[in-house]
Amino acid sequence: MTDTASQARNADKAKSISGYLASHLRDYGLLFALIAIMVFFQIVTDGTLLRPVNITNLFLQNSYIIIMALGMLIVIVGGHIDLSVGSVMGFVGALAAVMIVNWNVPVALTIPACLVVGILIGAAQGYWVAYWKIPSFIVTLAGMLVFRGLSLWLLEGQSVGPFPRSFQLLSTGFIPDVFGVGRPNITALAVGIVAAAAIVWMGLRKRARNKAYGIEDEPTAFFLIRNAIVAGALLFVMYKLSTFRGLPNVLVTMGILTIIYAFLTEQTTIGRRIYALGGNVKAAKLSGIPTERLTFLTFVNMGLLAALAGLIFAARLNTATPKAGFAVELDVIAAVFIGGASMSGGVGKIVGAVVGAFIMGVMNNGMSIMGIGIDYQQVIKGLVLLAAVIFDVYNKQKQG
Amino acid sequence: MQTLLEMRNITKTFPGVKALDDVNLKVTEGEIHALVGENGAGKSTLMKVLSGVYPKGTYDGEIHYDGQLAGFAGISDSEKLGIIIIHQELALVPLLSIAENLFIGNECAKAGVVNWHETFRRTEGLLKKVGLNEPPAAQVDSLGVGKQQLVEIAKALSKDVRLLILDEPTAALSESDSQALLDLLLELKAQGVTSIVISHKLNEVRRIADTITVIRDGATVSTLDARKEPITEDRIVRDMVGRDMSQRYPERPRRAGDMLLEVRDWNVWHPEHAARQVIRDINFHVRAGEVVGIAGLMGAGRTELAMSLFGKSYGRNISGSVELRGKAIDTSTVAAAIRSGLAYVTEDRKELGLILEESIQRNVTLANLIDVSKSGVINEAEETKVAERYRAAMNIRTPSVFQKVVNLSGGNQQKVVLSKWLFAGPEVLILDEPTRGIDVGAKFEIYGIINELSAEGKGVLMISSEMPELLGMCDRIYVMNQGSFVGELSAVEASQERIMSLIVTE
Ligand SMILES: Nc1ncnc2c1ncn2[C@@H]1O[C@H](COP(=O)(O)OP(=O)(O)OP(=O)(O)O)[C@@H](O)[C@H]1O
Ligand SMILES: [Mg+2]
Repeated sequence: MTDTASQARNADKAKSISGYLASHLRDYGLLFALIAIMVFFQIVTDGTLLRPVNITNLFLQNSYIIIMALGMLIVIVGGHIDLSVGSVMGFVGALAAVMIVNWNVPVALTIPACLVVGILIGAAQGYWVAYWKIPSFIVTLAGMLVFRGLSLWLLEGQSVGPFPRSFQLLSTGFIPDVFGVGRPNITALAVGIVAAAAIVWMGLRKRARNKAYGIEDEPTAFFLIRNAIVAGALLFVMYKLSTFRGLPNVLVTMGILTIIYAFLTEQTTIGRRIYALGGNVKAAKLSGIPTERLTFLTFVNMGLLAALAGLIFAARLNTATPKAGFAVELDVIAAVFIGGASMSGGVGKIVGAVVGAFIMGVMNNGMSIMGIGIDYQQVIKGLVLLAAVIFDVYNKQKQG
Repeated sequence: MQTLLEMRNITKTFPGVKALDDVNLKVTEGEIHALVGENGAGKSTLMKVLSGVYPKGTYDGEIHYDGQLAGFAGISDSEKLGIIIIHQELALVPLLSIAENLFIGNECAKAGVVNWHETFRRTEGLLKKVGLNEPPAAQVDSLGVGKQQLVEIAKALSKDVRLLILDEPTAALSESDSQALLDLLLELKAQGVTSIVISHKLNEVRRIADTITVIRDGATVSTLDARKEPITEDRIVRDMVGRDMSQRYPERPRRAGDMLLEVRDWNVWHPEHAARQVIRDINFHVRAGEVVGIAGLMGAGRTELAMSLFGKSYGRNISGSVELRGKAIDTSTVAAAIRSGLAYVTEDRKELGLILEESIQRNVTLANLIDVSKSGVINEAEETKVAERYRAAMNIRTPSVFQKVVNLSGGNQQKVVLSKWLFAGPEVLILDEPTRGIDVGAKFEIYGIINELSAEGKGVLMISSEMPELLGMCDRIYVMNQGSFVGELSAVEASQERIMSLIVTE
């Protein structure tokens, strides 16, 4: 082989790697942004950020945002928005408190009842959006006011609590160590190892399949580095958790929900149809997709998740307050957009939304540890949201 | 004659695609220069380079305009020198009036305050120039495509145009609207405006062009001077596709089989104006293996008929019966219509046919996800295989089936829409302007696919404004006018004159 030929080939290879990076900059950028933010706060908080107790707190504090971000991503991909989630979450928390504390309804009955209420709320809003074509912004803005008011009315302006232990477990409970060691918590470690192995294995399987079909894939170096980072981070977090109290219940709930929704959006026909719906409603409709029913379902699903978030939030605070869920919709929506979803619908990923929520969560947590006032915190979060979206738009223009 | 524009060695690459590879183009002052080539050859891209849509620095090569080295950072730069481009997709604001659209970004205003009097006066002048008889206050979306096209040209004229670029201006126009537009171009030429026209309609190219440049696979193949000697369509086609194409319509053994689709007493009312009947008492049938055409002028109600049949996608108070092989079928929703064996390829691929931001693969399988999934879970590998199969069969020009559809050339987008509906496996395929914006070679391929479907015993219902296409392809042609069928002609009886006379006598 001549020298120039191999040179040309190397140049080609370099080009294809940079081309790949350019077209997937968003995905990697998000991951690295999260890592960079974590490293930054780890340093400025003198190592407090990644202490086992703080990691545990991070999950507890952000679980309800992440859970709602899953539903919000789907609503936004479908081309809509839901401004009512904060109020709905507060309302359902209040309902649970009133049922359990004031009316002595058993916890085992209250939880399903509250979830059903969430579903009904989602259905009520989705109905107007889907079948009457009322803009979701308006319908859910109304919902936001209505449910804010209803929780005030329900709680009569007071805080209601405390909850029985069995309800609190929803949020502040931990998975007991089935191996009986306790500290380090072997269950947490085992789950970490299995999860990391599963991620790598699924990645490899997809690569093998892509190769078999001759589909161009991530360059090997990227694949290795990305997987090493993700698996490493997972193991690291699990190890830290194992040295504290083990796996929080909410983390398990969150993890399972994330997997379910990632699968639903990426691998199933219903997920595909939601993307099509958000991408071009008219074309989707003419392709035989029941656009109205799907839109309706995205709101029903959002209502369910908002209700779950409301229960978890109330359980963590151990009381329901009229202010619960105030302005939370903004954090949830911000997380989804930081995660790469597009305002016009049809674009966005579950994993992106979860990472986006973590970015917000780590920033909240880190800045609180540093003692930065709530005023500056808001400013900084706002700027980060703006930067993320500007980055998206810039990236798109460069490619176009 | 003086050279107005010279583009030298233009090369433009997109990730994974070399759209232009060393293209040269020379345009003389005062001529009409036609730019022809297959879908994806790079015509639109070349014009976007010229007009600054792709700014200087994103391509290689030189542009000399009016004797000077030029290169634009954006459209406003090129517009200052009188280069105006009218894109393949119209760029008017639908909810604004004609007058507002004409002067958008270029308002007759003093210190930011619009002078409406002046605006309307100048609009009237410009509309007269392009021969459009509409009030300046008319909302643009109330006009047909043909008139909108004239508004675009009027807009160009409002900016002191020297070099007018039109990307497939007549693709969506009816025969008579096209004629009017071409006449206008010739008139502008007489007034000294130079134009570059991209078109797949070679008869029109022959009619108006002084010079023809043929592009193939991103490179200039030839430049033909029509002033010296008349250029035949076959000659142009040969340069475009790189081989002789003696036939425009592939042969098909004509045989009508059993009754396949039968529609009786079809009536449809307008979706908004309840008193307006759009489709009146239509009866027709398609036999197995038959290709049936529907001819008519724009606005005759052909698209409305097709869409009302296809899952009641248009209109209301729809009545009538639809039978497939003698059995009544459910067409109450699009999903039901697809299940019953109908498919409808829309005339408006961007708005109604494609999810532009999604990949080719995802668009192709969208109407038939069932066949690439198992209990609701999509088998992506299988999906890729399907997409690859159609890419090969339809000859879709793209580096990969994961390419976003928005990045494809217009003709290749059309092939994606067709692939989607072929994959849905219909019994009766309704095609609405299936070859709009498609080059001669690809047209031939699509006709071939229609013939294959017919050989398999499927039925094809074809709506087209290109009469030669209907005459070349169909076994039978229904003639439609103002919501009713006014005649039916067999292949032997049919001719352009007879179709027109049926329309006119009604
Ligand atoms: N933004 C883009 N990104 C990637 N590829 C592109 C982009 N725009 C155009 N292309 C590719 O460049 C090639 C030339 O496209 P272009 O639109 O210039 O074709 P065209 O000659 O105008 O075809 P048509 O007659 O179908 O309109 C095509 O292969 C197309 O897929
Ligand atoms: Mg084009």
